[in-house]
Amino acid sequence: MSGRAERKAAIAARHRLLPGGRVAGPMPWIIAIMMFVTVLAAAAGLGLGAAVQSMRADLAGRASVQVVEADAQTRAALAAQTLRMLRAAPEVRTADPVPSAVLADQLRPWLGEEAFNGDLPVPALIDVMLTPGDAGAKVDRLRQRLAALSSKLRVDPHAAFLTPLAGLLSALGLLALGAVLLMMLATAAVVVLAARGAHDSHRGTIDVLHLMGSTDVQIARLFQRRIGLDALMGGALGFSFGIFVILLIGLQLGATGSELLAAITLPWQGWLILAALPVAGVLLATLTARWTVLRALGRTL
Amino acid sequence: MSAIVQFENVGLRYGLDRETLSDVSFSLASGGFYFLTGASGAGKTSLLKLLYLAQRPSRGVIRLFGEDVVTLPRKRLPGFRRRIGVVFQDFRLVPHLSAYDNIALPLRVAGMKEDEVDAPVAEMLNWVGLGDRGDARPATLSGGEQQRVAIARAVIGRPEILVADEPTGNVDADMARRLLTLFEALNRLGTTVVVATHDLPLMAQVSGAQMMKLDKGRLADPTGTLRYPPRARADQDGGESG
Repeated sequence: MSGRAERKAAIAARHRLLPGGRVAGPMPWIIAIMMFVTVLAAAAGLGLGAAVQSMRADLAGRASVQVVEADAQTRAALAAQTLRMLRAAPEVRTADPVPSAVLADQLRPWLGEEAFNGDLPVPALIDVMLTPGDAGAKVDRLRQRLAALSSKLRVDPHAAFLTPLAGLLSALGLLALGAVLLMMLATAAVVVLAARGAHDSHRGTIDVLHLMGSTDVQIARLFQRRIGLDALMGGALGFSFGIFVILLIGLQLGATGSELLAAITLPWQGWLILAALPVAGVLLATLTARWTVLRALGRTL
Repeated sequence: MSAIVQFENVGLRYGLDRETLSDVSFSLASGGFYFLTGASGAGKTSLLKLLYLAQRPSRGVIRLFGEDVVTLPRKRLPGFRRRIGVVFQDFRLVPHLSAYDNIALPLRVAGMKEDEVDAPVAEMLNWVGLGDRGDARPATLSGGEQQRVAIARAVIGRPEILVADEPTGNVDADMARRLLTLFEALNRLGTTVVVATHDLPLMAQVSGAQMMKLDKGRLADPTGTLRYPPRARADQDGGESG
């Protein structure tokens, strides 16, 4: 027999000390379900976190200037004057008037076709992109400049519109990460119960091993290996199914055409974290099993 | 011969019951052959449990291999247990392991390399007359065969002390005689043998063996011997045989 084959035979022989079927039981399936939920929750948390970040980055340096003037001619003149002033302002990188056709498209669902026959005064809008830096201070300075120009000009930083939404998404993201932690705790609890059950059902064998001089660590190794393998099988299954569902949801989000939903993407770091989850699950299960069995053995002679 | 086992005023109590063993004092010489006898419930199995470190006494001192094992830290017990072979009354074979793997257990526990396990296990299987039954699970073996596997498992590691609880209880007279011959062979190699049994004719067959009798948890007639030991052993053991 070659050295490698001998080692394999030795390992197999030592691992036969516990019977095969009983420890496994439903463990891999429970771990699979937990891993599936954990991967989904983690993906949701990471995706929402990334969406909030991207939203903040997109909106932090942007603002809209409204020209609120009832008379169309005066409004157009004031809008042109404002645009020139904005383009000259040091805080502004770009300033572009929103075409009235775009405005009309956006308002049509709420106000109907009649809104644009000239009876309803619709403010003129100018999209402003600020230069990099403290957006809040720049918006304040811009407000002062515009106030000096006319009292009918209003500056609305885009970040202000989406602060509640970003807060909600952040909260949902944190909730999802909290769910991941809870799932990890639940996994550890399941492993503790499984290891205790396995320890109790193999007490006779353990007693014999002890009386022959087995150390606690030798015995614990039998259990931690078995439970680690269960966790590996279950983790791989749950992870694969979780990733499949995430990809499916990604396709669905993309198909909605919504910019907001499309912002919910997983950065590569997120994929790495997801990939680390089954590994963490196996480590958690193995260490928990070891700890549980060592504790139980420590109570015997 | 030096004392390999020493009990001094040992008492054992389970829970709040009366003492199962009281004021038990004796010492066993290294290389001796001892029978432990007494009526059912006299405390033989409890005394053996103390001897093979499955139990700590409620009081008193037990020295094994010259060390006090009552106060011995738990983590040091495996090292002592590997020096003791045990034949349990109920065999305690691991049911999902073959006869071969059951016999190999002590060697694997001791960390012996797998390629070194095969020869001694095969030899031991032949020694107990089960050379062709190595693959059999305990459930498929007769009581006597299980007994022999249990004995082979107990002696394969060449223990310094062999403790056997009613080892001939499930075998016919001929097999009992053969097993005893195995114990004597091991004893000649230097192993101290302690056998709990009711079988007086069996005890009579081992020359030089000494007997300890338990009566209601106390060592009765501690100086009594089944048969006077050979001169050499008597001289060396002196009053230790207790």
